[in-house]
Amino acid sequence: MMLLLSLLASFSVFSLMAVGGAITLIPEMHHYVVESHHWMSGQEFAALFAIAQAAPGPNVLVVSLIGWKVAGLAGACAATVGMCGPSSLLCYYVAQLWQRWHASPWRRAIERGLAPLTIGLVAGSAMLMSEAANQHWTGWLLCAGSTVLAWRTRINPLWLLAGGALLGFAGWI
Amino acid sequence: MTPSTIIPSRRQLFLGFFSIGLSGFGGVLPLAHRMLVQQRRWLSEEEFTELLGLGQILPGPNIVNMSIAIGSRFHGVAGAWLAVAGLMLAPLVIVLSMAMLYDHYQSLPDVQGTLRGLASTAAGLLLAMALRMGTKIERHAVAVLLAVLTFIAVGVLRWPLLLVLLVLAPVSVWLARQRGRAGEKS
Repeated sequence: MMLLLSLLASFSVFSLMAVGGAITLIPEMHHYVVESHHWMSGQEFAALFAIAQAAPGPNVLVVSLIGWKVAGLAGACAATVGMCGPSSLLCYYVAQLWQRWHASPWRRAIERGLAPLTIGLVAGSAMLMSEAANQHWTGWLLCAGSTVLAWRTRINPLWLLAGGALLGFAGWI
Repeated sequence: MTPSTIIPSRRQLFLGFFSIGLSGFGGVLPLAHRMLVQQRRWLSEEEFTELLGLGQILPGPNIVNMSIAIGSRFHGVAGAWLAVAGLMLAPLVIVLSMAMLYDHYQSLPDVQGTLRGLASTAAGLLLAMALRMGTKIERHAVAVLLAVLTFIAVGVLRWPLLLVLLVLAPVSVWLARQRGRAGEKS
């Protein structure tokens, strides 16, 4: 029970820090579940992220998987509710006001000011995830290859994930 | 083309977000746009951009925030619940089933190898996302500097996110306001 409350409380705080979405929280979540509580290894963390990416649906599902890994189904619920609850409540009220602030120059300033921070946070998450996921040079090679393909082409990411999974299955990664 | 939009019923709201949740791989935003604006016409292009901006500046999962804003616009609190429930329900069941399978078979070398390949590729997709966002950054030294500072603080120095945000967010918004003022004058 304490474990569930801890998950709920921690993810409720994360919820309000997730500027730019759940992805930007990766370093913070990694610190929480891997470094300070040792609930899973860095590789398991990377595996959960990979599963969430390979499944349909929003990115935030990685949070549900982390909760599930720590405390089963109840943990998944606690983490998901914590992650979505406070931010949803905030969004519900701000959405009503947002249209009224249409002409405010501060609204544009908030959008414009938070954009670079989001980019920095996503880049930080991407770096941490690469370090956690790539165990050998072959992993780094695959990672670099999929980066270039996903960045420069319009290929469906699902094909890249399928290709990566296949290479891993063949024992090359 | 007239931008006449349609008001969905509660049932349509739930089912609409249910299909968005099920069909989006690696992020659901492009699909949400196609369905909400082009196919079902619940929102005009401007309304979508507006709500997307809102979902992105508020903390929390972007698409969940958008569901809340769209659901509540049509059917208040009930609409917000229905939209989020529709969005999350099926993906949650699928992803947990996948995780249980993984847990059950994770000791098999084939499964470990597959997950390693999957994880490296997923990290690559995230890097590509960072690169794409990076190339679209506002062409201004201050914006670039703030992005780099944020990256170093969180990604390299591993400072706590809350601390970084409490310092950098107000500074960045204030500086953006100054850029806005300069733009108005010129």
